[in-house]
Amino acid sequence: MEETLKIVVLVKHVPDAQFDRHITGANNTTDRDESILSELDEYALEAALQLIEARGGSKAGNQVIALSMGPAGAVNAVKKSLQIGATEGVHLSDDALAGSDAAATSLALAAVIRHLGADAPVDLVLTGMASTDGETSLVPAQLAERLSLPQLTFASSLDVTGGKVVARRDGDTHSDTVEASLPALVSVTDQINEPRYPNFKGILGAKKKKITTLSLADIGVGASEVGTAGSLTVVESAQARPPRTAGTIITDEGDAGIKLVEFLAAQKLL
Amino acid sequence: MTQALVFIDNPGPALKKSSLELLTIARSLGDTAVAFNGELHDDVAAALGAYGATTVYRPSAADLDDYLVAPKAAYLAAAVAASGAGTVLLENSADGKEIAARLGIKLNAGVITDVVGVDADGTAHKSVLAGSYNTTAKATSAVAVLSVKPNSVDPEAAPAPVTPETVTVEVPADAAANAARITARSAKPASGRPDLGEARVVVSGGRGVDGNFGPIEELADALGGAVGASRAATDAGWISHDYQVGQTGKTVSPQLYVSVGISGAIQQKAGMQTSKVIVAINKDAESPIFEIADFGIIGDLFKVVPQATEEIKKRKG
Repeated sequence: MEETLKIVVLVKHVPDAQFDRHITGANNTTDRDESILSELDEYALEAALQLIEARGGSKAGNQVIALSMGPAGAVNAVKKSLQIGATEGVHLSDDALAGSDAAATSLALAAVIRHLGADAPVDLVLTGMASTDGETSLVPAQLAERLSLPQLTFASSLDVTGGKVVARRDGDTHSDTVEASLPALVSVTDQINEPRYPNFKGILGAKKKKITTLSLADIGVGASEVGTAGSLTVVESAQARPPRTAGTIITDEGDAGIKLVEFLAAQKLL
Repeated sequence: MTQALVFIDNPGPALKKSSLELLTIARSLGDTAVAFNGELHDDVAAALGAYGATTVYRPSAADLDDYLVAPKAAYLAAAVAASGAGTVLLENSADGKEIAARLGIKLNAGVITDVVGVDADGTAHKSVLAGSYNTTAKATSAVAVLSVKPNSVDPEAAPAPVTPETVTVEVPADAAANAARITARSAKPASGRPDLGEARVVVSGGRGVDGNFGPIEELADALGGAVGASRAATDAGWISHDYQVGQTGKTVSPQLYVSVGISGAIQQKAGMQTSKVIVAINKDAESPIFEIADFGIIGDLFKVVPQATEEIKKRKG
């Protein structure tokens, strides 16, 4: 039997990319009214669930803690994670967090992870490869730096055995096998697995699972360290890009390939 | 006094176009230095001078490549301190962004990724939410760390070449502590085509190609472009995930994007809608891709694409 694992999975509440998304307010922040669990975080949650299921699941003492930071609505990302199979949830919520950039976000999340490790250490922090809103991919690496954890990011495969974590990272020109000892931070790509959907039993069972709400005071972080005050970047302006408009659309009548080349020639693209 | 420091990591025997772009942007900010890692070939050293780098920093340690990202960030932090630079420029690759991320924490510096332009005062331009907004952002810290996307500026050599001074930077002894070790590396086969992220022309295939990327590749080669794919095509296993354009693949912004047999769902649009000119070929007139195409053809790709390829070859003689 493998060692039991205490895994924290970062889950983000993001605007649904299927619809128009907006930037609003004096600080040019993203409107989060119509938000869902970031699709890319489902791969991290699935990876965590597979790891604990191979170790006897929650009955054997394994934990998958879904952690989300954000306004009241962000608890929905935690609830969805509990329905899918996370064993408990944590929601960091504080008005002072609004407008946090990656530096401030990673500072707050690092404090939560230290807080969660106070009784028993966290073995693994799992994240998606990026959020589907900000898309910067900065937070996993910054969290690893702040927590002095080995980072194994953009993992397309993951294996944890005997206190050692091995992952494959696919780059543009080469694939790397990377290795570190636990505790570690791993971000996973959408190539690593096929995330499961919550089933009826999971949806019912989630209601009995514990969600802990934490404030900044609970984790010992001052209001000025996060939010716009604690951020090191500022978005000065945001301009909606004029929507692309459809150009010439033709139906092939046997010569569309030629017409295409004529178009490219006229645009000086040949 | 150095104003801008460009990080260049293992370029091999020649600098990539994206590195030349970083050097061009750096020079617009002031005196430019390079933090270099890897073997420095003569041609590369000459190119650094031609692009105006007055100092080339090199690490005291040779084993930075044995670990993932972390020790490179430690080296770069030491190079920033040695140079006194106020702006650090990196490429916008996975490694580049993560080195930027960790550097930001080490220096308490603001990090801005996916930058497409930098003003003389350090204001960074980027496009967000899948290209639906253009934003300007600025670091409020003493040092700004920017990762810049390819094709952001036209590379321009310095008015007069310089001979850079080489300075060794001491890599902190604990740089690789708590770093993941790279235990194996396998090179991917080179396609011989331009890099997808940097190409001026991209021809992408989707579900409609039904497993046959031959016509896509032939058109890409006739146009001197890169091959891309939708997630449907990579998920089907017709082509490697490396070629995926979209939210979870590559974001491309070429002069010309030719979308073939791709419906144009949001996941795909996110990766290509800032392309200059979009051409779409699809047999379904209702495909959302036609809403954003500059030139659209409703038709059978297996007839239209080969005909276009032949015509291009004929014109190019």
